[in-house]
Amino acid sequence: MTLAALTLHAASDTLRRRECSSVELTEAVLARIAASDENIRAYLTVDRQGARDQARQADKLLSENKSDSPLLGVPLALKDNFLTRGLKTTCASKILGDFVPPYDATTVAKLRNAGAVIVGKTNLDEFAMGSSAENSAFHPTRNPWDGARVPGGSSGGSAAAVAADECIAALGTDTGGSIRQPAACCGIVGLKPSYGRVSRYGIIAFASSMDQVGPMTKDVRDSALLLEAIAGHDPADATSVQRPVPKYSEALTGGVKGLRLGVPREYFVAGMAPEVEQAVRRAIAELEKQGARIEDISLPHTSYAVAVYYIIATAEASSNLARYDGMRYGHRAEAADLNDTYMLSREEGFGAEVKRRIMLGTYALSAGYYEAYYLKAQRVRALIKRDFDQAFASCDAIVTPTMPTTAFKIGEKTQDPLQMYLSDIYTISVNLAGLPAISLPCGFDKAGLPIGLQIIGKPFDEATILRVAYAYEQATECHTMKPEDRG
Amino acid sequence: MKLSRDEVQRVALLARLRLTASEEEQLAEQLGAILEYMEQLNQLDITGVEPFSHANDAVTALREDKEVNQPNADALLANAPERDGSFFKVPKIIE
Repeated sequence: MTLAALTLHAASDTLRRRECSSVELTEAVLARIAASDENIRAYLTVDRQGARDQARQADKLLSENKSDSPLLGVPLALKDNFLTRGLKTTCASKILGDFVPPYDATTVAKLRNAGAVIVGKTNLDEFAMGSSAENSAFHPTRNPWDGARVPGGSSGGSAAAVAADECIAALGTDTGGSIRQPAACCGIVGLKPSYGRVSRYGIIAFASSMDQVGPMTKDVRDSALLLEAIAGHDPADATSVQRPVPKYSEALTGGVKGLRLGVPREYFVAGMAPEVEQAVRRAIAELEKQGARIEDISLPHTSYAVAVYYIIATAEASSNLARYDGMRYGHRAEAADLNDTYMLSREEGFGAEVKRRIMLGTYALSAGYYEAYYLKAQRVRALIKRDFDQAFASCDAIVTPTMPTTAFKIGEKTQDPLQMYLSDIYTISVNLAGLPAISLPCGFDKAGLPIGLQIIGKPFDEATILRVAYAYEQATECHTMKPEDRG
Repeated sequence: MKLSRDEVQRVALLARLRLTASEEEQLAEQLGAILEYMEQLNQLDITGVEPFSHANDAVTALREDKEVNQPNADALLANAPERDGSFFKVPKIIE
């Protein structure tokens, strides 16, 4: 096994035992990128020089034994919607094609303070709008398990980079499933924390009432470690909450004996792939075998979640994306007057999916339609939240599939936006309600493509879903499988 | 359902997006289909349900009225499409 294939906790142990240096580990990751990223195209920017400098710095700190951070010296990747000081940040859009941020996102600053090595910025659907990483203005990313398929989205670059060992772990963002859905497609672990758990300061905004930053990792322990490093209140983000951050990595053990796990009947419906259903049912049986009590529950408003989500998300996006006017940063077109400059800069700078969503959101917020669409969606959102509140009165966590199918083919859904939107059907409700949820691998279909299991928690109860996920992971081998092991 | 071209043009103006004729045509179709899908929300009785707009709406963030940012004008201007000294240069808006 090469150094690049290590998990975060194994890499950290290896560095601490002086079995390798951060420079060696970083070179192994850079070599892996050089060997495989020409095909996978997970990265938009690889910061080789910066990574080498940070690794040397980390080696100095390691030799002085001054820091006990598990991230010290470990090469990580960031989705290209995290602002990184001095390092190009494009959000996979032409409108920000040359943008170099003057400051770091709070999460990035936390990683740097912990001594992590930032290797580069990963591909995404433009402005995080999409479920396949095909909507990038620069190039699509390929699924490491099958180059003809998508890695999922919008954090598809981060998911592919982790799955292909082109980094040790990564961060993504999740507005409607953008961490969990690509994690399921690529056979890795993806955690979307509770809304407000992690600062959004310096993350390029898409839908502000739902966006949340989270870890994308090779196993559950790594997710716990990374969440511990980035969680907590940030005065710069008025929506981040003032709550103590538990030691998630110490809350993994204990198993599921006596835990009540809800299985919502609305999540097992026509349209899901039989192999996905079988794998998820097997995973639930495994948790039951370990002593969990499985409860049949109902989330009756599930089928409305996609409609609610696309009204609210596009409304917020149309407002957030109004700042791209070509005046202070970003692409500016040559035009006769101010209004034409706005119109033409935005026409040239935004891709088709972004325009579609701005149009939809502007429509939903415009005079005469606000109550019929936006306000109605917010009321149905309350019903979706109420469903979860009622379910959590009788269970400690909820277990579902992450996606109705395995990774689809590149180009398969690009012509039909509604079909693309439906691939997030199992993840969206969680964002509407602000809950934490994790996706982890629970099997493979006949074609050898990974299947994801989703565990949803009570607000701010990340510890329980990590514990359930860890218990399941310990009993199976799925998370140890690599794309090249495919038979 | 298909949106009218007028409707698409009205929304595009509000959104400050210039669209080509073929984009207008395509969006009229696609937005129509998506909005039709949204119609399913009308099946629900939502009388008396308060809108839920935010998972953390109980929080009002307050802080001391103290200057915390030390903006670096040069760093902020570095991404400007056009600048003049320490100013953003923008197209003329008055004659």
